[in-house]
Amino acid sequence: MKHWQEFMMHELKLACEKNRLGELRSFLSDILKPKDLNEIVQNQLILAVEEVCANLIIHSHNCNPDDFIKLRVTDDAHKITFEIFDSGQAFNILEYEAPDLSKVIKEKRKGGIGILLVKKIMDKIEFESKNSQNVCRLVKQLKSK
Amino acid sequence: MLEITLSKKESYTLIRLNGEVDASNSVELDQAIQEILAAGTKKILVDGSTLEYISSAGLGVFMSYLEDFQDNNIAFVIFGLNDKVQNVFHILGLDQLITIEKDQHEALARIYDA
Repeated sequence: MKHWQEFMMHELKLACEKNRLGELRSFLSDILKPKDLNEIVQNQLILAVEEVCANLIIHSHNCNPDDFIKLRVTDDAHKITFEIFDSGQAFNILEYEAPDLSKVIKEKRKGGIGILLVKKIMDKIEFESKNSQNVCRLVKQLKSK
Repeated sequence: MLEITLSKKESYTLIRLNGEVDASNSVELDQAIQEILAAGTKKILVDGSTLEYISSAGLGVFMSYLEDFQDNNIAFVIFGLNDKVQNVFHILGLDQLITIEKDQHEALARIYDA
């Protein structure tokens, strides 16, 4: 008898507006809730994905509601993968040098720490860009019981 | 959704945050803090007991005032955070830079201790 590994995929298309971030959080929350994750980890994953999306919406797409980003969530027993697709000028999260916290405070900057959170939360971050199609891939390993 | 309630007490100002702070509304939190600073308050308490979520946009607002608080001897204490929200402060070590207390009683003790 064959055993197919359980595998799920969910997709969301999101207009590039800041007030869509709440919708993004409920989409992610619905996917993560049934999983055997504590609420701190669930919140961290929602946060990391939101930070990447907010960054794209605000900086790459200037909050243009005619632009869209697409989020795909796939998971199996061992890991959960979030892929964020957008088109246009690439924001390469891997090349972005996150600022030093003390510098952010000294300069009274209100932004710049989102990517730092993503890097602390996720186990693996990948970025690909081809013909103006960009994908940022965030992977979190799930601890087996 | 974010609801911000400011209340002026006898010797401190209380900011109550209800809901979620993200990039769409962090400017409201920023305005609230600016307003309080303009009024010359020296003691600020943030009631985070009904704060359900905070992203870097919200953290960034708090961080951008830390120097001003220090330079102007303003006591600033956040209290009542749930585990999820407290963890977000902890990931970047902000819980070492901002005073966070368990409840209002301890937050008040902290500002009158200073």
